[in-house]
Amino acid sequence: MIGEREITVTAQESARRKRIERIIHGIFLMLGLITVGCVLLITIYLVISGIPAMRTIGLKEFLFGQKWASTAAEPKYGILPFILTSIYGTAGAIVLGVPIGFFAAVYIAKIAKGRIRWLLQSAVGMLAGVPSVVYGLVGMMVLVPGIRKLFKVPDGASLLASIIVLAVMILPSIIKVSVTALEAVPQEYEEASLAMGATPIETYFRVSVPAAKSGIAAAVVLGVGRAIGEAMAVMMVAGNAPNMPSLFESVRFLTTAVASEMSYSSGLQRQALFSIALVLYFFIMLINAALNFFLKRGNVKQS
Amino acid sequence: MKKRTVLLVVLLAVALLIVGCGPKKGGSVSTDGSTSMEKVIGALGEAFMKDNEGTTFTYNPTGSGSGIEAVKAGRCDIGLASRALKEEEKADGLVETTLALDGIAMIVSPENPVGDLTLEQIADIYTGAITNWKDVGGNDAEIVVIGREAGSGTRDGFESVTKTKDKCAYRQELTSTGDVITTVSSNPDAIGYASLASVKDSVKAVAVGGVAPSEDTVRDGSYKLQRPFVLVTKKDGKLSETAQKFFDFVTSNKANDIISKSGVVPVK
Repeated sequence: MIGEREITVTAQESARRKRIERIIHGIFLMLGLITVGCVLLITIYLVISGIPAMRTIGLKEFLFGQKWASTAAEPKYGILPFILTSIYGTAGAIVLGVPIGFFAAVYIAKIAKGRIRWLLQSAVGMLAGVPSVVYGLVGMMVLVPGIRKLFKVPDGASLLASIIVLAVMILPSIIKVSVTALEAVPQEYEEASLAMGATPIETYFRVSVPAAKSGIAAAVVLGVGRAIGEAMAVMMVAGNAPNMPSLFESVRFLTTAVASEMSYSSGLQRQALFSIALVLYFFIMLINAALNFFLKRGNVKQS
Repeated sequence: MKKRTVLLVVLLAVALLIVGCGPKKGGSVSTDGSTSMEKVIGALGEAFMKDNEGTTFTYNPTGSGSGIEAVKAGRCDIGLASRALKEEEKADGLVETTLALDGIAMIVSPENPVGDLTLEQIADIYTGAITNWKDVGGNDAEIVVIGREAGSGTRDGFESVTKTKDKCAYRQELTSTGDVITTVSSNPDAIGYASLASVKDSVKAVAVGGVAPSEDTVRDGSYKLQRPFVLVTKKDGKLSETAQKFFDFVTSNKANDIISKSGVVPVK
């Protein structure tokens, strides 16, 4: 008899627990959906507010027009200079930043030991934590006058200055993700390579790096994403004149085009700024898709 | 139970607060117009509301042109314009009252030997007709033209006085007065414009047509690179009691301190 009662109590208890479990599950689901909701909201809002100006201006004129003069008596809304500047700037930052980041990651993950490793890793962590306005400020006070003197150009605020600032800014993301990927390479691979008589450096570059290939690719894509989306720092060093991109010319990026004119804009000008944001968003989406692609490929390989 | 009581009290307090902040009795004054006047009119409106409890002050930043339209159509009490009224606007029965004068300083690096430019030279520099400092009495160096972003009130003011609207060839378009000053101070070949009140020692304000910029030269009109901030009202229409009170307040001596603090020169 006593035994039976105990069983019923436990059954009740377990039903109660299940109920609580379900409620908690529901709460977590809701919290998770908030993120999804935010993404959806932003996407819908951007599309709705970005489309009208593209229609008024004409998609071709908007995307391929070479002149931007939003407040002129006869306004021109061509954003090709911004698109090209964003692409060139990001590409430049990748060309400069990826080699440095890649070798730094190999060094941190495989070669550096003890205190040096600790020092490097905390430096990378700190670099990641520096607010972008600080990068911009240092760029404005040091880099821009430096470029002016070094290259004997009248003004240092240029595409080159932005590329250098962006290259430094994407280093932490590239290094961190690459280090994680390199550290995840099974030790047996390396041991086998070393046992075959390969030197450590040969092992790192012939075995570890190829094994971590997709992770490193993801790191580069992450860097691209960070570079193309950065506004504050480049606004302070790029000069912001809507010129077609050229290394020593003052240029305007997609991000800074939105940021610099938003506060006073009105009417079609404001709508056009939303359209620029939509174009930028489209680029970021492409980059995200690329990132997912690389990450997924990495998973398949490991399993 | 205790917790619930506390909660109830808090809720009640919040509810009271919301009710307390709701529309109060008392008049209102609405202004509409120039975005450049945002700072000064905002400060004046705040001071006015503080002195006259229960009144509400609104400001709609739409631009000088639409502010003038709004007061003509009766959509606001006082229109705000950062330029003098045109003859045809005056003929439409509008009256201007100058609230303050905004001086725009031409700034260069302290290392730059050029200390005096004429309005024509400034216009030529900004449109790209003059590109070297030696043409205006300086070193043999390319002029780096610094300006503000499209839509900025200072840019609008500068371009209307120098008549260079839509014709300026900027090397850099910066988004704040502070950025312009910093950039000019760090480049000996740069020239920029900035609101007179914010010019610091790190840059040199050049004389325009032989007149150095200062509160006095802006006030007496001898410094040409300036524009008026005007209040626009209807000649025949009578202001509401509160609007009249606001008008009297901002044109009185009492408002001078607030006007100066907002970076512009009071006329009295």
